[in-house]
Amino acid sequence: MVITYLEAIRAAQAAALRDDKRVFIYGQDVGVFGGAFKATKNLAQEFPGRVIDSPISEDAMIGMAVGAAVSGMRPILEVQFADFSTLALNQIVNQAATHYWRTGVPCPITVRLPSGGTSGSGPFHSQSMEALYAHYPGLVVMAPATVQDAYEMLLAAVAIDDPVIYCEHKYLYYHLKADDLFTEPPVPVGKARIARAGRDLSIVTYSAMVHEALAVADELAKEKIEIEVVDLRTVKPLDTDSIVASVSRTGRLLCVGEAFPWGGVTAEVVARVASEGFNLLDAPPMRLNAKDTPVPYHPNLWAAHRPTARSIADAARRLLRM
Amino acid sequence: MAPVDAVIAIEKVSVKAFRLMLLARMLDDKFASLYRMGKIHGGVFLGRGQEALSVASGLSLRPGDLFAPLIRDTAGRLAFGEDLVDAVRTYLGSGLGPMRGRDGNVHRGEPRKGVYAMISHLGAMISVINGGLMAHRFTGKTGSVGLASMGDGATSTGAFHEGLNQAAVERLPLVLVVANNCYAYSTPNDRQFACKTLLARAAGYGVEGVEFDGTDLEESLDKVNGAVQRARAGGGPQLVIANLLRLCGHGEHDDASYVDADLKSSAVGRDCLKVAEDQLRQEGLLTPETLTQWREEAARDIENVVAQVQREPGPDPYQEDWSALATKSLVETQWPS
Ligand SMILES: Cc1ncc(C[n+]2csc(CCOP(=O)(O)OP(=O)(O)O)c2C)c(N)n1
Ligand SMILES: [Mg+2]
Repeated sequence: MVITYLEAIRAAQAAALRDDKRVFIYGQDVGVFGGAFKATKNLAQEFPGRVIDSPISEDAMIGMAVGAAVSGMRPILEVQFADFSTLALNQIVNQAATHYWRTGVPCPITVRLPSGGTSGSGPFHSQSMEALYAHYPGLVVMAPATVQDAYEMLLAAVAIDDPVIYCEHKYLYYHLKADDLFTEPPVPVGKARIARAGRDLSIVTYSAMVHEALAVADELAKEKIEIEVVDLRTVKPLDTDSIVASVSRTGRLLCVGEAFPWGGVTAEVVARVASEGFNLLDAPPMRLNAKDTPVPYHPNLWAAHRPTARSIADAARRLLRM
Repeated sequence: MAPVDAVIAIEKVSVKAFRLMLLARMLDDKFASLYRMGKIHGGVFLGRGQEALSVASGLSLRPGDLFAPLIRDTAGRLAFGEDLVDAVRTYLGSGLGPMRGRDGNVHRGEPRKGVYAMISHLGAMISVINGGLMAHRFTGKTGSVGLASMGDGATSTGAFHEGLNQAAVERLPLVLVVANNCYAYSTPNDRQFACKTLLARAAGYGVEGVEFDGTDLEESLDKVNGAVQRARAGGGPQLVIANLLRLCGHGEHDDASYVDADLKSSAVGRDCLKVAEDQLRQEGLLTPETLTQWREEAARDIENVVAQVQREPGPDPYQEDWSALATKSLVETQWPS
């Protein structure tokens, strides 16, 4: 059996609908049509009345989910593209994220954000929004990088009593395949995973960039350089212990993200390692992100805008020379 | 029996409504005076002039319904069963109130009792009510309605549009009650919308609408209740437009000097409490003696509750757990403090 990252997301939703009467799915075109990416294919047919097309109203979509969640439901929201979640920012950060803290009543919603760049998608269908949501108290932010995590973390997201922003990478939808849903022992939510062990340099990353980092590790292994790849899995909470432990083994940190460079996940990782593991570092911690422009449309520009195996390898070599 | 329960137990609706309006007015006045004495942190927002409409909203609902009150809904909250002490606790920042000092003043609610805790962002509660109603639909809870309060200014938000349209598409039993008090803070209606009346919007959303004089208690009880009944009976969302005037500043920090004098002396500028009093007198339901007695009772209840709450402890920053997540295992513990 071969299963893609996208199929894992669909399968997780099917399992959630099957096992938990409180679950429903709400989003644009998610019903009979099966979603813009087919992540809800056939679910409306299999679970009549529980997979519901919404109007193009991102604010009201999340608001509706909040109301349903605080009244006992477990909604899964599909925002058609992560980029459009800016229209729901208010409901996510002010309504959902504050609800438990203000009232003591949990707000268990799962917001699926098809994220990240794919060739030709341009400024408004390519964004990585995880840092924005991680900034706000009261949200859990996930960014699964593997087929198994796509499945298990989505089910975990539905089960968690808090609002979860689930950033699924569109590039991985079809490109990432596994022989089975379950190939590795499960890792608890909130814990990072050592995607590859090494002792010369730690690349700490998440989502699609994990695979670029793994490619770099393969390449540098030919030069007898051992790269450790840490897959964060959730960016909030951030598993500082695992990051610092990895840096203690390698002495070098390269943190890679596909999002814009100002602030964000990579800055947070570097800040934490600098303050909690400064003495472990043999070289300055390094970050590699997308460029500080909107995400470009043309493949030539797009490929140069975000980190790739090549630019990551260059950065790793530079860091190893320091 | 708690004071509000005693009032709620009154059978004649207009009498009950009037006593709740009176209690709300006097409670609001108390908040205003506590504010002037510097005893309240942050702002104070009153419902003066809007009690008839607000009480009509609260009284039209029954247990199991959902209510998203807004800043001028002291009367409606009490009518829907809010405990006087919780209103006072939230204003005075008692650690024992439903918001535990984490949020204050009008930002209070008890979702498990059907009262959603408003966020400040105008228009944002409509879709939340829709979600609660969807939950009722999913769980087979029939016959309930959700009522969201709104100002004229909030009708200009995207959230208002999205929320009402969403309710219309799902044909939810949403009652959207707009208190058109002629101003949004200092902004008059003619800078807020260009349609002749907000009622015209109902047709655009494919929902039923009703407009009336919100200074009139009988009219408010009748029209809001009618809308609630239609929603309850499956008639879909109802847009309710009540015309009135805010008889106070936007908040107690505001002297409202911008309010048009002609409006104040026009029909919308009538004080709904006075109008209701006159109505009850004419119907022989109220004598000067009973009014004095009700006032005294309300004043005593309010004084007692305020005195009690003033003795209650504020929230303790050392006892506060400082975590915004329900899932304690996912709380970040890395922050130096
Ligand atoms: C989205 C949003 N923008 C601005 C504000 C600031 N604000 C608070 S109340 C208010 C006026 C509201 O007017 P209206 O909706 O007519 O209600 P009223 O105060 O008259 O009852 C404004 C501008 C806010 N709370 N939310
Ligand atoms: Mg107004």
